Amino acid sequence: MTQQAPTQTQRDSRDHSGAGPSLQATQEQRSHIAKVESTDPGTITIENLEAYYGNFRAVAPVTFTIPGRKVTAVIGPSGCGKSTFIRCLNRMHETVRGASSRGHVLLDGEDINGPKVDPVLIRRKIGMVFQKPNPFPTMSIYDNVASGLKLNGIKSGRPMNEIVEQALRQAALWDEVKDKLKQAGTALSGGQQQRLCIARALAVEPEVLLMDEPCSALDPIATLAIEDLIRQLAPDVTIVIVTHNMQQASRVSDMTAFFMMNEQRSGELVEYATTETIFTNPADKRTEDYVTGRFG
Amino acid sequence: MTVEPAEPGLLQKLQASAREQVTGSPGDVVFKLLALGFTLIILLLAGLLLYTVWTGASESIGEFGFFSFIVTQEWNPVFREFGALHVIVGTLASSAIAVVLAVPVALGIALFITELAPPAIRGIVAFTIDILAAIPSIVYGLWGLHVLLPFLDQHINPLLINYLGWLPFFDRPAFGFSLLTASIILAIMIVPIISAIAREVIGSVPTAQKEGMLALGATRWEVMWKVILPYARAGIVGAIILGLARAIGETMAVTMVIGNAHYISANILAPSATMASIIANEFREATYSLYLSALIHVGLVLMFISLIVNILARVLVWSVASDPGGDRR
Repeated sequence: MTQQAPTQTQRDSRDHSGAGPSLQATQEQRSHIAKVESTDPGTITIENLEAYYGNFRAVAPVTFTIPGRKVTAVIGPSGCGKSTFIRCLNRMHETVRGASSRGHVLLDGEDINGPKVDPVLIRRKIGMVFQKPNPFPTMSIYDNVASGLKLNGIKSGRPMNEIVEQALRQAALWDEVKDKLKQAGTALSGGQQQRLCIARALAVEPEVLLMDEPCSALDPIATLAIEDLIRQLAPDVTIVIVTHNMQQASRVSDMTAFFMMNEQRSGELVEYATTETIFTNPADKRTEDYVTGRFG
Repeated sequence: MTVEPAEPGLLQKLQASAREQVTGSPGDVVFKLLALGFTLIILLLAGLLLYTVWTGASESIGEFGFFSFIVTQEWNPVFREFGALHVIVGTLASSAIAVVLAVPVALGIALFITELAPPAIRGIVAFTIDILAAIPSIVYGLWGLHVLLPFLDQHINPLLINYLGWLPFFDRPAFGFSLLTASIILAIMIVPIISAIAREVIGSVPTAQKEGMLALGATRWEVMWKVILPYARAGIVGAIILGLARAIGETMAVTMVIGNAHYISANILAPSATMASIIANEFREATYSLYLSALIHVGLVLMFISLIVNILARVLVWSVASDPGGDRR
């Protein structure tokens, strides 16, 4: 019974918006997507971005603007393409065999999907933290944080030590690990490992930090620590966080994007607004059903 | 539908009787004894093998002593003088050179198949490599004798002597039958083994690890070099050791191209001999019992060297796996 609920809801809302011309439906959806004017550094403008696995379209065209130096949450039920979407923002999506994307993603006005853009350089500007903490097991805590710096050709020595310390401080991990920097990163607890991965991503001073369900493998206390951290980081770096935890989205984010699977099983952006609007006064029936826990 | 209240303690009784059935069933006992029997057979065989070789070598051990045999390099059947140092050196040198030549190629193949090759090519390359592992060593020997050896003799050796002749390793006499030729044949023979295992190990490196490095802005090359190889290193060392073990014991192909000369030379273009090759080569010529016993003594030493290499390999794999990454498995 619970399994049927989403489909039912989806169909209801479709009927509600009318089985008329598809253009009308598009306009109907567009009106639920907030226009954001942001000139802060780290602003991401997404234009008609779609993602494919082979011929299967995992994300239907998405257009919206993620404000710079703010936290934007991407929520939605499982399989709605939110992880795929976020992986398109630093061109990690295309590293999966057979995967491709279309459309434009502009970071401060520069298209990261441009023909002459090197994805390697893009990933140095747009960092990523994954679901499961993935520190490099053969490296010490220090070397884990320094690994991105070494890729950038920074030689070891005092400057590197300073950057590593700063990154660990930013990730609220410094006090816990300053006496054991030479120990293996994998010897830390799960929450510490995830903060280590955040420090590793921050060390290269990215414009944007993408977080793909960063707390899904963590206990509640470690989760709170990461959430605090996200709030602290927001003034310095744009954060886009995918989460299946609606409370988390409401706690940490300024803006929220709600994704859902459509009839073609592609993820589509249903609504995008300030987090307050999404959780208190959503424009779309489907958003309301989701955030009030009626499905998903 | 009504549910009868169960007799108290019924569940526990049923569980207890089920447990009894499992542990006490005759099938289990029979299988256990069978498995134990097979295990004992292996131990028995190993013991018999060692005993037979030891008794066969006892005359030589009595004459030359187990250890002085190892450090002497006289090999003169006419004067009844035997020592195995030169063949031990030949075995270790040819195997070491083979490993040095084979490892980069094998790792390159493994990385290509797992990380770079398009799926269509991947299968073909992997299949071809596996086929190479199944070719009998006598065929490698024939190919080495009739194709590789003349090619090296006519094209490669003159170049080596011309340009690298100032090193003691490349000198005349050089007429094809040589330590280098044997090493190259061995390298070709152990590439499939090393690459097949390395392929498995590299394939099991978690995607999360590779993505972690990619997301920092690493190139594919940097991902392979800084994440994949370090993560897989214990398994790769294991693969190399297996290749080394095969190289040490390999007999026919080596015998056919190494020249079987009884002396130690720094010149790898000169003929040499390995433990396995002199046993294969001289077994039928061993006309008196001490000669035969000396050859069996060489076999005994070869067994011990294989054993030592395996022990060292275990220690190496263990130390590599536990440092400095700690508990990653």
